[in-house]
Amino acid sequence: MKILVAIKQVPSRDSYLKVDASGRWVDESDLTFEINEPDAYALEEALQLREKHGGEVVALCAGAGRAVSSVREALAKGADRGVHVAEENLAGVDTFHLGQLLAKAMAAESPDLILTGLQSDDLGHGQSGVVAAELLGLPHATIIMQVELGEGSIRVKRELEDGWFQHMTLPLPAVLTIQSGISKLRYATLMGIKKARTKEIKTTTAAELGVDLGAHASIEKVYAPPRSKQTLMLNGSAQEQAAQLVEKLQREVRVL
Amino acid sequence: MSVLVVMEQSGGRWHRMSWETLAASQEIAAALGVGASAVVVGAGVGALATELADKKLDKAIAADHALLGSYSADGYTAALAQLIEREKPTLVLFPHTYQVRDFAPKLATRCGRTLVSDVVKVRAEGGALVLVRQLFQGKLSADYRCAGEGPHFVSIQAASYRADALVAGTANVESFTPELADSAIRTKADAPFRESARAVDLTSAELIVSVGRGIKEKENLPVVEALAQALGAEMAASRPICDNGWLPMERQVGSSGQTVSPKVYFAVGISGAIQHLVGMKGAKTIVAINKDANAPIFDVADYGIVGDLFEVVPALTEAVKKAKG
Repeated sequence: MKILVAIKQVPSRDSYLKVDASGRWVDESDLTFEINEPDAYALEEALQLREKHGGEVVALCAGAGRAVSSVREALAKGADRGVHVAEENLAGVDTFHLGQLLAKAMAAESPDLILTGLQSDDLGHGQSGVVAAELLGLPHATIIMQVELGEGSIRVKRELEDGWFQHMTLPLPAVLTIQSGISKLRYATLMGIKKARTKEIKTTTAAELGVDLGAHASIEKVYAPPRSKQTLMLNGSAQEQAAQLVEKLQREVRVL
Repeated sequence: MSVLVVMEQSGGRWHRMSWETLAASQEIAAALGVGASAVVVGAGVGALATELADKKLDKAIAADHALLGSYSADGYTAALAQLIEREKPTLVLFPHTYQVRDFAPKLATRCGRTLVSDVVKVRAEGGALVLVRQLFQGKLSADYRCAGEGPHFVSIQAASYRADALVAGTANVESFTPELADSAIRTKADAPFRESARAVDLTSAELIVSVGRGIKEKENLPVVEALAQALGAEMAASRPICDNGWLPMERQVGSSGQTVSPKVYFAVGISGAIQHLVGMKGAKTIVAINKDANAPIFDVADYGIVGDLFEVVPALTEAVKKAKG
């Protein structure tokens, strides 16, 4: 069983974001980066499946040169091999063209199962897994909570809206997008970090994979979101803030 | 040029976001000076299409086939790709539902195009389309410009357009029978189910105190629970809190939990990712308490307190108790 996990490197969750000089993306110079959280759960699911059923886990990441640190982190957590598709400025590439890049890199590995997170915390399109599945001619299922491996097939629990769920069965190979929070993430051990240094990371590029990176729709401008409401900010010490809020709740909102 | 909107139904009942997207399609079609049509996919959905006959649309199309009776990404993609080939729309709109997230990227790819998902506003600028969407979980906004002739595929975020802005008129009702083979549908889905009956109905609560990642540890929950108790409010939470098992799933607010509209919603240590906002932005009054002044929750809040929740919440609990006597 060969499992490929597609991970993305994104700015750390609590990052303070500034628009860059081009006005089309954020200034990355002071940012720290991490594995996109839903992708971290996809990696965890892959590692657990390998522990149960054996096989190999390959971590694939498309991104700038810095993204190799996320591939290394996946290896330290237990992935067997890494593939880094080294391309700068992928934020300007649309989901269709990025999907082609990922699909080509995935096809080169001929995996039995492909996992990725349901969406990225930066662009948030939530499409990479599904687009790649279509380009690879594979069935897919999205927003997955549980995975059970069968004989040549896989049974999953899908999340629907409003607290509903659904079980479904797919023939392998298949692509799944994993929901955040479905298990407990492991930390890389010291031994894991040491071992990761000797594991293979293959580097490739869009040109090597024969993919043209274009866009049917591209970011023209990034900006602070307009406020939909006039927010009254309450200042002062915690006691002063609390007193002001209670007064508002009594006199304006009339709930106390 | 024309706009096609893909309406969502399940078991003969419309998804409420379908109406918002239909209103969006009318507004955008008017701005572009073109017509809009709607399609509903399923088995025996002719009657549903007829319900659209009194809306201002060129056509209301029932894409009908026995194999479309229950949803599958394979079936929906094949059927809609054939319809798009026939209708040749410039713009295809979807409500950004979980089901759309499952098939629309596949459909756009099948048509050799990109889908721009979770869009909050579509503008026509000199004949070109500009799409507004949020980045970084709502911390920033971005304008996307569409290139080429299309079709452009766009999914519309919940509550971005108002269903009550729908324009009445007349539509020709048509039916479309796609060519589908049993073997083309590779996935087998069981009937949907709920984990347990919902004991807590947050939808009728007048006051809700909701807690997010800012609480840091389960052991800290009593700090917020004390405030809820002082207010006589229901406790709720954002997804990560319920995923961790710190509060039961039935207290989760957001796209995967409950949609609430209380008189006052207190968001404590909740940054305000869009998945959470869609579940609570209908609240009459929103109070946000967060240490990060740039958190998106402040964009929807009526009253904002930037500060350490472990100082602010106990102070607020005391002040509420005092006010109530």
